[in-house]
Amino acid sequence: MTQRKRKLGRGVAMVGAGMSPFGIRPDVTNRELFAEAFLDMVNSVDRGFDPQEIEALYVGNCGAEMWEAQSVIGVLCADITGLTPRPALKVEDACASSSVAVREGIMGIASGMYDMVLAGGTEKMSILPTNWTTMALACGSDTTYESAAGFTFPGLYASMATAHMERYGTTHDDMLRVAIKNHSNGALNPKAHFPKTIKNVMDMRKDQAEKKGKPVPSWADEMEFLHDPRYNPVIAWPNTLFDCCPVTDGAACILLVAEEIAKNFTNIPLYIIGSGQASGHNLHDRETLTSIPAAKLAAQQAYEMAGVGPQDIKIAEVHDCFTIAEIMAIADLGFFKEGKEAATAAGEGKTARDGVKPINVSGGLKCKGHPVGATGAAQVVEIFQQMRGEAGARQVKNMDINLALNHNIGAHGTTAVVQIYERR
Amino acid sequence: MKEIPFTIASYDKFIEEKKLMASKCVKCSALWLPPRPICLTCKSDALEWIELNGKGKLVAFTVIGVGPMPMIDAGYNRENPYCSGIVELEEGPRISAQILGVDVAHPENIKIGTSLTATFVERGSWHFVEELAKVKKTYLAFQA
Repeated sequence: MTQRKRKLGRGVAMVGAGMSPFGIRPDVTNRELFAEAFLDMVNSVDRGFDPQEIEALYVGNCGAEMWEAQSVIGVLCADITGLTPRPALKVEDACASSSVAVREGIMGIASGMYDMVLAGGTEKMSILPTNWTTMALACGSDTTYESAAGFTFPGLYASMATAHMERYGTTHDDMLRVAIKNHSNGALNPKAHFPKTIKNVMDMRKDQAEKKGKPVPSWADEMEFLHDPRYNPVIAWPNTLFDCCPVTDGAACILLVAEEIAKNFTNIPLYIIGSGQASGHNLHDRETLTSIPAAKLAAQQAYEMAGVGPQDIKIAEVHDCFTIAEIMAIADLGFFKEGKEAATAAGEGKTARDGVKPINVSGGLKCKGHPVGATGAAQVVEIFQQMRGEAGARQVKNMDINLALNHNIGAHGTTAVVQIYERR
Repeated sequence: MKEIPFTIASYDKFIEEKKLMASKCVKCSALWLPPRPICLTCKSDALEWIELNGKGKLVAFTVIGVGPMPMIDAGYNRENPYCSGIVELEEGPRISAQILGVDVAHPENIKIGTSLTATFVERGSWHFVEELAKVKKTYLAFQA
């Protein structure tokens, strides 16, 4: 496909960002989760603003039809935030729903149609029992050919893992080290679904055994704990429980404005300088199983638009729905070489909070949680806080974060969105 | 066979007859499985049905204990897991399918590259509505 170099019609900046606490939230619905994110976002705008100036909403939601038996989530989010009668677009692109919503919001401003929009997403998932949630999520793959073969989401990514292991000698321990790293970040995130390190979880399990008068397991370290199938069972081999992100309720949103008015709201707006999006084939129709072609293409578009390269990006939030997904993401984004270098990056500390390229300092989908339709916007919330030095205990300290990126995958790579943010 | 439309329903009917049928582009000879109505290579819609020999090899796989509803209804669970994989056919195309005859109790023993032959299994349908979900359908699978 011939690629025309793309650019925004005019500059777009982010001046506010907020999210609900992520986790199992039995007492609230999609729209109420979104209202929590909205209020958090309003509080994040340095000089304050009148929410009535918001001209349109873009709301990502993957499957309220299935989980809540409710469609038109965008309209309900406008209603609960007091933004009716503004146009409200609900966007569905599986796990990339809210990144696509954010991108549509960016284009709404870049086109000149609006000066201020609200973009984000919400997902309430904990309602259905696991078997139905497995099925609802599988609807994001090609149900005619992939689900019919028995594939679940953990299963599709597990297949990519077996191909990665075969081609590059990647080990399951390489994958588990991604989980250990992301939990060590998420432990410092008060809004994370599981704000605990894997060592915390291991010690909890020991305490529980002791309290119940059962033999206390004698794991030497986290890795030994993760190797114990009684506590870390296989979900879809080689993916174990701790390779998989949890089923989470949550919402996130950001406030986007035209660049020329950004300083009315804050001294530190974050400018969207690169944006890319691509679609991809079913897994069996791809030329490779060890990377996600749509992600490479989206990254290339975003880098070209921004005029920067992977070496310029300081931190990134990437789509780690499964541990192997982060290993592929950091290669697709050009941070590390595909294969052994990317597979061992977490184990070698390169992607740690104090590493050369901090990845998923929020805890990622793995630890922060993955409310599918809110995930992309929640990645951007972390970038907003990190770039402005507001991330508290998990703030990356050893570098000036003037450029950051988020990478959000829809389904098993049939959609990919990459966006680049700059603090000037 | 040109009169048979290149639809999912036609493909399903062939599967029911235990035939693995692909669509072949008359213009550029590209072969598509699952069959497609438009050739991805040259975008032509001049296609013909071709029967594949059903022989292939495993290129990626997983063993699943927590399956979707149709697999649970077929009797699969943590104690009785199943293998799903991607199979590369001798003629070139790749397809997703359940893989039978492999050691699901020891997935680490399942080898990428294993030779496979097409076979056919019956399971319920992919639907949320119970009446539709219980309708039996024939699916492509592969035997090691």
